[in-house]
Amino acid sequence: MPIEVNGKTYETDEEGYLANLSEWTPEVGEAMAKEDGTELSDEHWEVINFLREYYDEYQIAPAVRVLTKAIGKKLGKEKGNSKYLYELFPYGPAKQACKYAGLPKPTGCV
Amino acid sequence: MADFETPEIKEYPVIPHIKLGVMSHSKPFLSKEEFQEPLGYPGELVDDWQEKAYAKMEELLGKYRSFRVYLDSCVKCGACTDKCHYYLGTEDANNMPVARQDLLRRVYRRKFTFAGKYFPKLVGAVDLTKEVLEEWYSYFHQCSQCRRCSVYCPYGIDTAEISMAAREIMDSIGMGQKYCNEIIGKVFKIGNNLGLPEPALADTLEGLEEEVEDDTGVPVKFPLDQKGADILLVTPSADFFAEPHVDGLIGYAKVFHQAGLSWTLSSHASEAANFGMFIGSYENMRRISVRIREAAEELGVKRIVFGECGHAWRVAYSFLNTLAGPFDFLDPNYPVPQHICEVTYDLIQRGVIKFDKSENDHMTLTYHDSCNVARASRMGDEPGGQFRIPREIIKACCNNFVDMPSDTIGEATFCCGGGGGLLTDDLMEIRVKGALPRMQALKHVVENHGVTHMAAICAICKSQFTKVIPYYGFTMDQIVSVHQLVSEAIILDGADTDDDGDSGDEE
Repeated sequence: MPIEVNGKTYETDEEGYLANLSEWTPEVGEAMAKEDGTELSDEHWEVINFLREYYDEYQIAPAVRVLTKAIGKKLGKEKGNSKYLYELFPYGPAKQACKYAGLPKPTGCV
Repeated sequence: MADFETPEIKEYPVIPHIKLGVMSHSKPFLSKEEFQEPLGYPGELVDDWQEKAYAKMEELLGKYRSFRVYLDSCVKCGACTDKCHYYLGTEDANNMPVARQDLLRRVYRRKFTFAGKYFPKLVGAVDLTKEVLEEWYSYFHQCSQCRRCSVYCPYGIDTAEISMAAREIMDSIGMGQKYCNEIIGKVFKIGNNLGLPEPALADTLEGLEEEVEDDTGVPVKFPLDQKGADILLVTPSADFFAEPHVDGLIGYAKVFHQAGLSWTLSSHASEAANFGMFIGSYENMRRISVRIREAAEELGVKRIVFGECGHAWRVAYSFLNTLAGPFDFLDPNYPVPQHICEVTYDLIQRGVIKFDKSENDHMTLTYHDSCNVARASRMGDEPGGQFRIPREIIKACCNNFVDMPSDTIGEATFCCGGGGGLLTDDLMEIRVKGALPRMQALKHVVENHGVTHMAAICAICKSQFTKVIPYYGFTMDQIVSVHQLVSEAIILDGADTDDDGDSGDEE
């Protein structure tokens, strides 16, 4: 199911994850979220931006504790937990936030 | 995404009336060429797929005597019909174990038995047509290979093995399942199911060291690739990545620390899971297992210990020596391999580790026996150790423990609904529906005995439950790792004594 943003078509896999992560733009993230009925706030973007930075360095999305720690540092300790992340991304921070960030879906027993 | 109804938990378990084909739409994503080839399978359905499938079936019949016996010996007594969680949750007739077996058995009869060759209609034998193949793909991915049905079968027919054979046949003609095959490829390429490379693993472990030291004041280490360590810990990569898995990993580390055991993780064998079993592929199962041997030799360890993972323990306990042995370079004073629960239990028995049970007083626990641990392996040196030892550990570190009804635990345990390679979002309907019997049992102890949390010792069970229990009105944080309970209650020498043990929640 390719997704169209500003007249450009982006290939995705069966579950709507971007096929080529170098094509990602913030507008693509916005469009994917909109399809799911989510409006991306600054808090969402804090998470998405961190995921992209981490991925750039490590070629994988961060583990949940790495993510909660980083978000806690940026947004305050009361937000450094998975409960907060699930409020932002009800389908799971790893899977839903990765999708909007243009990253592949984490696989395995997760 | 939820385009189905969650089954209703009735007042008591009900054996449903059968419905025909109501789950025939359930099919996982097909594997693509890029995921098939690293495993040695064709990238798409081959031209002469029917002949190739028959040939593969013949090969498997020759290799595995059990496979032929299972196909020949069913007398249609019906003992298995109401034993599968997927049947109980979906009401689809093809999810009765005997019906699932028959999907393959009728093709076997047509091709490999006298009656089926000459009088196919009399014995329900059919050719492997495209329609039959599509049914295989659907219903052999609605079996979690949990083996509950085999417990009740008077002949001991193991539907899991038939499912594995069906998947192996389908893989060999280019009809693989994306979830399993992509993951196996990642193990070969990167070392684990997640695709977590060594630098990310090192960074994650470093973060955990900081976290534990912040919490407890004790410098508990999470060593990686440390040559000369005594113990190689092989654990599912979900333990590095997800909750509540990671809390279990923290528990193992605290146990090793407090007992003064020298241990290490390996970036080469950073995965306990072995999805080669799910797809019935001896060769892929062997290739994954060999990585563990290579890591053990490279690091020069004396013992191999497995973390909390269900099917990994089956492969480890039952097959590791055949697949990757002999392990004669390890210390013969310890079992090869050992389960982390065996290690912890032994340390408890010897008084090496002690607990402050009150740390877990805010919970009343029950315990979910994981299918592969329950019915395909053992712990300790006596029958039933795999049931007793995890419970003894929980009871050693928690004051409040209640078992679920006896026909839903022990060797009669119900699968979580996500095992056997079904733990993927494209199979969410079967996962939610298949969890019904376990949810029913959980609800019973929640309502009658005040249970607040369910502990598990399998990465798949933990991920599956955290995902599906909200459909049944529970919350995801009600699922805990067994070693998470250990982690909360273990008394560490030199730990901060101020009374804020639960600081994780307060921060």
